[in-house]
Amino acid sequence: MEATQKQDKATPKPKAKTKEMSGAEMVIEALIEQGVDTIFGYPGGAVLPIYDALFQQDKIKHVLVRQEGGALHAAEGYARSTGKVGCALVTSGPGATNAVTGLADALLDSIPLVCITGQVPTFLIGTDAFQEADTIGITRPCTKHNFLVKDQNDLASAMHESFHIARSGRPGPVVIDIPKDIQFAQGTYVSKDEAIMHSHYKPETDPDMKAIEEAVELMANAKCPVFYTGGGIINAGEEASTLLRELVRETGFPITSTLMGLGCYPAKDKQWLGMLGMHGTFEANWAMHDCDVMICIGARFDDRVTGMTSKFSPDSKKIHVDIDASSINKNINIDIPIVADAKKTMEAMLSVWRAKKYKADQKALKSWWDRIEIWRAKNCLAYKKDDTIIKPQYALERLAHYMEQDKRDCYVTTEVGQHQMWAAQFLPFNEPNRFMTSGGLGTMGYGLPAAVGVQMAHPDAFVVDVAGEASIQMNIQELATAIQYRLPVKVFILNNEWMGMVRQWQELLHGERYSETYSEALPDFVKLVEAYGGVGLRATCVDELDGVIEEMMSNDRLTVVDVMVAKTENCFPMIPSGKAHNEMILSPDASAFDKSLV
Amino acid sequence: MSTDSTSKKKSKSVYAPTPKQVAEETHILAVLVNNEPGVLARIVGFYSGRGYNIESLTVAETNNDEHLSRITIACKGTPAVIDQIKAQLQRLVPVLKVSDLTMEGRYIERELALLKIVCTGDKRADAQRDADAFCARTVDSTPNSFIFEATDTARRIDDFIAIMKPHGLVDVSRTGIAAISKGDRVIGE
Repeated sequence: MEATQKQDKATPKPKAKTKEMSGAEMVIEALIEQGVDTIFGYPGGAVLPIYDALFQQDKIKHVLVRQEGGALHAAEGYARSTGKVGCALVTSGPGATNAVTGLADALLDSIPLVCITGQVPTFLIGTDAFQEADTIGITRPCTKHNFLVKDQNDLASAMHESFHIARSGRPGPVVIDIPKDIQFAQGTYVSKDEAIMHSHYKPETDPDMKAIEEAVELMANAKCPVFYTGGGIINAGEEASTLLRELVRETGFPITSTLMGLGCYPAKDKQWLGMLGMHGTFEANWAMHDCDVMICIGARFDDRVTGMTSKFSPDSKKIHVDIDASSINKNINIDIPIVADAKKTMEAMLSVWRAKKYKADQKALKSWWDRIEIWRAKNCLAYKKDDTIIKPQYALERLAHYMEQDKRDCYVTTEVGQHQMWAAQFLPFNEPNRFMTSGGLGTMGYGLPAAVGVQMAHPDAFVVDVAGEASIQMNIQELATAIQYRLPVKVFILNNEWMGMVRQWQELLHGERYSETYSEALPDFVKLVEAYGGVGLRATCVDELDGVIEEMMSNDRLTVVDVMVAKTENCFPMIPSGKAHNEMILSPDASAFDKSLV
Repeated sequence: MSTDSTSKKKSKSVYAPTPKQVAEETHILAVLVNNEPGVLARIVGFYSGRGYNIESLTVAETNNDEHLSRITIACKGTPAVIDQIKAQLQRLVPVLKVSDLTMEGRYIERELALLKIVCTGDKRADAQRDADAFCARTVDSTPNSFIFEATDTARRIDDFIAIMKPHGLVDVSRTGIAAISKGDRVIGE
């Protein structure tokens, strides 16, 4: 409330809850009321009044990014590592269009965001005014919902509604487009309890108990069950991960997870099979293929997970828990759909399991685990070590080693490509909200700004962006943001001088024609970060690696580590596009892969 | 791998073939929405964005107190696609209720069409006779033209248009389908 004291001096004392103030002040007031402490943004003409109001308060910290795209990814990083709604503020026209990638990213990964965009004054809308863009039209398909506020008296309600929509049901990004004259105009502020919600938006979150009982009975009679979990568990809150651990332990079933769900279940546990999907483990994918009961919680049968859908887990009964009814039967036919919140569902499943004193068929489960152990013995993540050349996998194993010894809370972000998959395979994720990566949209340039957002939320934590030399250049300007706010973000570049994942596809699927994937004219990353004011380190051979990682871990400054890794290492295991889970290729098989089939 | 490679040799592609097509059916959906700016764009954009087709679309505010509009959409798709469409519509924030009239029992379907016929002399009587056969009203008449108004199911309107073509049909305006379930059932209940 202090935020409006300046306003109070000028105008008569406001009533208890409704207050007169400018639209810009309402924005700040609503953000404070919604519990926002950090907002990522970039000023411009159409948001000047809001920046003016920001200047005159001290409850909300604004982080100035170097390009609006960075603001959105930083807000995503903030949201994913805290479970709160991330917040961004950008101007009209190019500010809003630069934000589009981050919005689409948050939509596909179900990340709660509220993005405030400035708009030209209402009387100029539609005149092709300076920095005018149809923000609502452009962002409609890449947001969960969006608003154009044309009356200052609707602004406070729209702000509160944005937060409600962003965090309820399946979370997602919401854009609120505010014309400049509305930011200036005086109007009545309403608190979140009095806000008029026009949308009646109330997604169903309670599970249907009949379906739960049916599902639990199916689980109790399973011979070869598997849990397949995803980002929905993380979105359901920390308690959901705790419940998942109870459910997995009590049933004794194996568990795998998508890229988005890593950390929900501790990777060090023996029931953990590793990540599944295109670059998932052999044991996870074979368990998915051969199971008789699949319990999917908070995942959406993405094409990178299923491989060829007609050959996907052909003999299993499938239980699918999802808060979004449109995820059910979208890609894969489901036997028992449960449209509900993951936490509430697992609570209900546990209570039914306990009440009916169910116990898994131990004999069947034992022989199922025996089969899994045979798959596990394939040691599918094995790679050829080298005495001098740093293998990317080795670099991450060393990083994992040092992270495990570190007492700080460790958060990992990634860019997109081979390094992302290796990070998922080789780094230890034992808690939820610790791994921030662009899963659905696959946005190169996500990792560095996301790391900025994570570090803002967790100033004392160890935050590392595992990057490739190509991806990092997509948002490298955010190094300056890290410097400005003294964020000790670490950037761990696996530099193979190639756009590795595309190069890998070209090698395996496009006749080894390496079209435009060589990273020519690379900058000297060490000098580059030094120019920004950070620390640059380089490791060119195995002997240098540990020392460089130790130095990165021990300093408290922005640090970029340029790890020169093997140039043509491929990421395995791999399910080639259009193949089934049981047709995945492992590292040793790769040389036998028929590259002429193009 | 080896068995696959022989079959793949033919297509010379290691990528998966596109999925097989399943028979499509037309469904009529009634969608109750908040009549807020952009709501129609949201619905239409969802259809085009996900590659679905709209065959007919009708929209008007039907509850002026609560500013609710009813959108009637006829769309074609496999049963799985129709289910997806309904679920995707349901999750749009301004959508209150989605009802699949085709699935939920019997319903009344109507469409209004205006047909302009240009003809003179003896041919006018022929045009009038066929219009009468379809219970169309003559809403405008000049010495060399007619406008007929017909209200019927979309299919009957198609038939009417077909039969009027040889009489000098030059212009057609159709409203799209309006539909409502029979009996005491109310949308979404």
